[in-house]
Amino acid sequence: METLVLNNQKIEVNAEGYLKNASDWTPELAHEIAQGANIVLTDKHFEVLHWLRAKQAEGVALSIRKVGNSGVVDIKQFYALFPGGPLKISSKIAGIPKPVSCI
Amino acid sequence: MNDILEKVQPKVAETPVKKEKAKVKKVLIICSKGKIEDVYAALVMANGALMEGMEAKMFFTFFGLEAITRKHADHLHTATVGNPAFMPSMPTMMGGLPGFEAFASYMMKKEMDKLDMPHVTEFIQMIDAGGGEIFACKLAADMFHLKKEDFLPEVKGIITVGDMYALADGEGTQIIFI
Repeated sequence: METLVLNNQKIEVNAEGYLKNASDWTPELAHEIAQGANIVLTDKHFEVLHWLRAKQAEGVALSIRKVGNSGVVDIKQFYALFPGGPLKISSKIAGIPKPVSCI
Repeated sequence: MNDILEKVQPKVAETPVKKEKAKVKKVLIICSKGKIEDVYAALVMANGALMEGMEAKMFFTFFGLEAITRKHADHLHTATVGNPAFMPSMPTMMGGLPGFEAFASYMMKKEMDKLDMPHVTEFIQMIDAGGGEIFACKLAADMFHLKKEDFLPEVKGIITVGDMYALADGEGTQIIFI
């Protein structure tokens, strides 16, 4: 079992580093995970993260296209905010499971 | 004779050197066909590469050019004739009936909409926004009398085969032909 340690608290993650329980997520933890991806989180990042978490909680299958139509960011900004695989990286930072979308 | 044979040393197979797994860093996807399923295969793979953090370049040639023209990009068809996988239980002749191909293509697009698949022009915008680059083949464009203004605005240029290979430079690049 892989774990992340934050403030002496152990948080369970899977082998790829995605949180086991989305409810374990805190903005502080987001900063910690983002550091691993060499991203310094800004307010804009958090807007995206909150949107992703809200949609995931609603049971929506997330895709790049949906993020692009979210009104929060367009696709170009999304790639710029989370370089190197935006949907996967943002999902990891948002504490939600790895997306299974092909589009 | 035996003396000579004795002198020949048997060859021993070298122990294979363990190579590190090399990751794909960039794909060049060549789309030479204009059928809806072939074009989508190319688009899904290019977009998928960008989603994984890879670089993606696309080169459209011959009938593939249809997919990047303003006029036809969103009006591609599937082939109902000469396509044995299409409705296998249906007599082949049916596929040739007037309007059948348009109907089949309409049905296919409807199914794609259900899966939230974007139309071709939107897909190309997504790839462009993700940093992918799209090019048209000069030879085929000349053949079909197509000019820069006939193509979608995301098409970066009309290039030669040599320029196309230059797009595939760098380690970890794969060329995919459709």
